[in-house]
Amino acid sequence: MDKLKLIIKREFLAKVKNKSFIILTVLSPLLMVGLFSLIIFLNQKNSEEIRKVAFVDESEQLSMVFEDTKGINYVNLTELGLDEAKNKTKEFYYGLIYIPKNDSLNNLSKGIQFYSEDAPSLSLLSDIENKLEKKIRNLKIEQLHIDVQKIKEAETDVDILTENFSGEKSSKIGSILRMAAGGGFGYLIFMFIIIYGTSVMRSVIEEKTSRIIEVIISSVKPFQLMLGKIIGNALAGILQFIIWMISAGFLLFIITSIFGIEAASSSSSIGQMNPEAVQQVQQASASEIQIVLQEIKGLPILTMFFSFIVYFLGGYLIYSSIYAAIGAAVDSETDTQQFMMPVLMPLIIAIYVGFSVIENPHGPIALGFSLFPLTSPIVMLMRIPFGVPWWQIVVSMLLLIITFIAIVWFAAKIYRVGILMYGKKPGYKELYKWLKY
Amino acid sequence: MKNILTVDNVCKNYGNFTALNNVSISVPEGSVFGLLGPNGAGKTSLIRIINQITLPDSGTIFLDGEPLQPHHIQNIGYLPEERGLYKSMKVGEQVLYLAQLKGMSKTEAKKKLQYWFEKFEITDWWDKKIQELSKGMAQKVQFIVTVLHEPKLLIFDEPFSGFDPINANLIKDEILKLRDEGASIIFSTHRMESVEELCDHIALINKSNKILDGKLNDIKQEYRTNQFEVGLLSDQKEELFKDINSKFKVKNSKLTSFNADLRLLIGLKKGETSTEMIQYLNSKAQITHFTEVIPSVNDIFLKSVANNG
Repeated sequence: MDKLKLIIKREFLAKVKNKSFIILTVLSPLLMVGLFSLIIFLNQKNSEEIRKVAFVDESEQLSMVFEDTKGINYVNLTELGLDEAKNKTKEFYYGLIYIPKNDSLNNLSKGIQFYSEDAPSLSLLSDIENKLEKKIRNLKIEQLHIDVQKIKEAETDVDILTENFSGEKSSKIGSILRMAAGGGFGYLIFMFIIIYGTSVMRSVIEEKTSRIIEVIISSVKPFQLMLGKIIGNALAGILQFIIWMISAGFLLFIITSIFGIEAASSSSSIGQMNPEAVQQVQQASASEIQIVLQEIKGLPILTMFFSFIVYFLGGYLIYSSIYAAIGAAVDSETDTQQFMMPVLMPLIIAIYVGFSVIENPHGPIALGFSLFPLTSPIVMLMRIPFGVPWWQIVVSMLLLIITFIAIVWFAAKIYRVGILMYGKKPGYKELYKWLKY
Repeated sequence: MKNILTVDNVCKNYGNFTALNNVSISVPEGSVFGLLGPNGAGKTSLIRIINQITLPDSGTIFLDGEPLQPHHIQNIGYLPEERGLYKSMKVGEQVLYLAQLKGMSKTEAKKKLQYWFEKFEITDWWDKKIQELSKGMAQKVQFIVTVLHEPKLLIFDEPFSGFDPINANLIKDEILKLRDEGASIIFSTHRMESVEELCDHIALINKSNKILDGKLNDIKQEYRTNQFEVGLLSDQKEELFKDINSKFKVKNSKLTSFNADLRLLIGLKKGETSTEMIQYLNSKAQITHFTEVIPSVNDIFLKSVANNG
């Protein structure tokens, strides 16, 4: 037991002290934070800039639309006429909106143009388009002698609430949340298995090529070494994820604190214009947040957490011992190709199936792949947020554990023989023979 | 004399290939034991079984009188033929790790390591990585790893390969010193001449079978040819040669000698003694050189393979 601890410690430290690990762990969140901050900073700089946009309104019905906003100031050049306005715009302004003369309200929206030196920013264009559309719509409504206020009152927002027969409420937001939770967990396991499985394999190959392996297994059992390696690498991985989680939280904090101020200031500017609308927006978002919170409460969190741990451990142990066996069977990483494909296959299939499972969480495909032990860690985790009968979870976990024991046993046998074999590249037939040594 | 290691009728098969066929050897305590044989004879298979890296298909092994058990690994030091250490790990850390795997405590290992580092004058290597060391330097570290936990039984597979002559001698002296302090040593090699003068006992292995074992001296006695290399000074070489040839079996020899006119390999016939030969030669000419030809292990090996096959 002491020796296993020693091995785990060495493998963990060897991994953690590795430069690429440090760079990946520490630098990548820093880079992310830096990148995000840069984007936010540039955005802010951008929005601080005030653009002057001129307009020529020959229809004389839409001028009132062009009120100055935070980013855009409007200049009325209608009196100059189009040609002169163009010249002036070229010299002084960002762009020129031209609204041609029109008799009929129906044709008002046609022939509106925007002149500018460079291609105009899309957000600015759509902003102006929105304003004009709204105004023309209101004008049309007025022409029909309908009270605009009444139309506003008639507008409704429908959000269908769904409920299953056992009384659990759900909604569209809920489904999205389930997808996110299931997909996130499944994907996390997928990434972890591939990254740290490969890392176990590399570490086995390193011991083989540096030929230290014989010295070590004259002191410890090959199985201890393999297990120590698998656990040590997993711990390094968990540490990395924890660091990432913490820095993600930190990142989120930074972003929200910057964006939070943004949101507050922009909502106050809305507030000055239309207090009623603000209230509506606030109410809407409040009730949506409540729904999300309710949905989160409604998720089978305990089951999810518990099964995440079981499937995470089971899946990682199964795959990393296969990876260890592959590492033991070959002499160098370039020789691993022929064995890697069959290992990656079920993982990739699981991810693909997983994403279709989200659409139909209780279909036969979903059931099958969430029971099959090589795909269940990913597929079952994606299903669980949608509610899975407990017997399916139990069967799937039992299969997983049985497979885990069988695979570790096989892998240990191949590992034990493989680490001392040099020279020839073994085929599957050879590996089968090793099982009997 | 007590045996530190007894291998009793050990068999090992890999699939259809027989690596060891009923091999038995005994290594007396405090001796240097040569496990000799050509490449692929089964030496490494046997050593791996002794180190509990692999298990025998049948047969038993006793270390210090007890059947081999997992805890015995701390009594064995093993230097494999394929040397290797973690390339990116620091020397000090690495040796401590490997010593702890052998069951030493960290403080104890540190103390011993200090001793060996000072002895080899390599204290400044502590924080170097193996990949920064030359091959010979790494070999020294590997030697320390092998002996640090003061095992009762030391097994060296191809001990001197990879060392330059100076370091090979240094290591040789250290190994003999360890023997004098009570350790028993097994040398396994296919270069038989490299360990001949060091071994007290040998076992010859060929094609999975042990073909010969025992005290080196006894074996050499058994294979002695009663031939003597003789250097003589004489004015009448041809007459003298004829003279001797009539009395003994004589061949020309290539012995190295400064000034001998005749260099001969003379075989005694049954019943004759070397004293008689010397007296005879002395009466005929001046003797500059007289040695009994001792068969080398290589010769013995070739002979016994021929006898067995």
